[in-house]
Amino acid sequence: MSTIYILWLRQLKRYSRSKSRIIGSLGQPLLFLVALGFGFGPIYQKAGGGNYIQFLVPGIIAMSILFSAIFSGIEIIWDKQFGFLKETLVAPVSRFNIMIGRTLGGATVATLQGIIVLLTSLIIGFRPGSIIMILPGLVFMFLVALLFAALGTTIASVLEDMQGFQFIMSFLVMPLFFLSGALFPLQGFPKAIGIVASINPLSYGVDGLRGTLANGAHFGLGLDFTVLVAITLVLFLLGSYLFSKMQI
Amino acid sequence: MIEVKDLTKRFNEFTAVDNISFSVDRGEIFAFLGPNGAGKTTTIKMLTTLLHPNAGSIFLNGSNSEKDQNEVRRSFGIIFQDQSLDDELTAFENMEFHGVLYKVPKDIRKKRIEQLLRFVELWDRKNELVKNFSGGMKRRLEVARGLIHHPKILFLDEPTLGLDPQIRSHIWNYIKNLNREEQMTIFFTTHYIEEAEKVSQKVAIIDHGKIIIQGTPDELKQSTKTISLEDAFLALTGNTIREEETNFIDRMRMHRKIHRR
Repeated sequence: MSTIYILWLRQLKRYSRSKSRIIGSLGQPLLFLVALGFGFGPIYQKAGGGNYIQFLVPGIIAMSILFSAIFSGIEIIWDKQFGFLKETLVAPVSRFNIMIGRTLGGATVATLQGIIVLLTSLIIGFRPGSIIMILPGLVFMFLVALLFAALGTTIASVLEDMQGFQFIMSFLVMPLFFLSGALFPLQGFPKAIGIVASINPLSYGVDGLRGTLANGAHFGLGLDFTVLVAITLVLFLLGSYLFSKMQI
Repeated sequence: MIEVKDLTKRFNEFTAVDNISFSVDRGEIFAFLGPNGAGKTTTIKMLTTLLHPNAGSIFLNGSNSEKDQNEVRRSFGIIFQDQSLDDELTAFENMEFHGVLYKVPKDIRKKRIEQLLRFVELWDRKNELVKNFSGGMKRRLEVARGLIHHPKILFLDEPTLGLDPQIRSHIWNYIKNLNREEQMTIFFTTHYIEEAEKVSQKVAIIDHGKIIIQGTPDELKQSTKTISLEDAFLALTGNTIREEETNFIDRMRMHRKIHRR
């Protein structure tokens, strides 16, 4: 228990100390909100979609959580290269606990990030559908964060160095984001892309956030929740297995 | 305390550690010497469960390092050769992190962290981020961190590299004290052969992945008819051939890296 706590605390301390990371990671979602929100807003309205900002904000929250959570997992590669990982791997604690602690820490940081984006979006005109639903909204945020932090850990356990990071960004993270319904309604997608979107875990995260924070879930909140929990569990098992097999 | 039998580690075709065997008794100070690239660090990585051997067995404190990893990890502590601190944490937080991971009870942890930080003269700067420290300060902090929990076996991979002579002898006195008072087994590598001669009871010299000789410092000197361990070391490993050999090994390492990608 203390192992999990100290690893969790380490992630939070590292985050809170890195001002450039906090501000830097807010810049991107903000740019997306302003540029896309105000840029596409009028067209979306004309096409009969309603208020685009209301539609977009849950997607951008999901995006910032996705990036932050995956990155926190990938950070293990830094630790590998800067040597700190050895210090944790030789310690007499189970690697499963190490993995849990790190992943929880990364997920907490990513959730905080999502909350900051949510608060910022209020300034540019986003209004939550109902106050009570914010709480389940936070639950969805944390679930998305957990899922992708675990995915990041899993990837980092098999990657040798940061060289692979760009590859992961281009062929995994970006497609996850663009094909999730974060920016466009899933109904309009061509069939093939619709299928891809329906096996993309982030689609369920975005949908859950949209269902709770704005309104109108495409898949339904129950299904969103179930899918997210199931995939998170699978990734935790896979990630902790690969993590425990890691050699330096 | 440490039993190593027929240990072998290969990276592709390159054999880094070639069928070595040795044992270290409880409470012994054992020096593991060898030129660059001889296989010292690879051996330590296998001893500390960071790498799996291709063949052979390791027993630490009676536990098999392949089968009872957790048991094995409970029995040792290690000070690594290359940096293993978290730069974004303070000196104190690095110490605290280690103490919690090794489940040192809170009161002992507090006492030892203060005592050790004072000992390596970093107590005044305990709340500074490690990234602002000089190389020597980081090294001192790492040594201090490795001594928070008192393990049965302590591995030291070049513990005093890059430190001033004053602090080096200071640190060795502390370690010898632990060895005496707690019967702690010490296994270390060093480039300062005179250091090894001064503190170790037994020495093994490894070259090209093979142990070429082991025994007490006196035995090594006698068998090579030399007057110091350093001369014995040079007589056994040769004076000048290192460059070509390391080049070869570097090439193999490069090769290995390219392969992995």
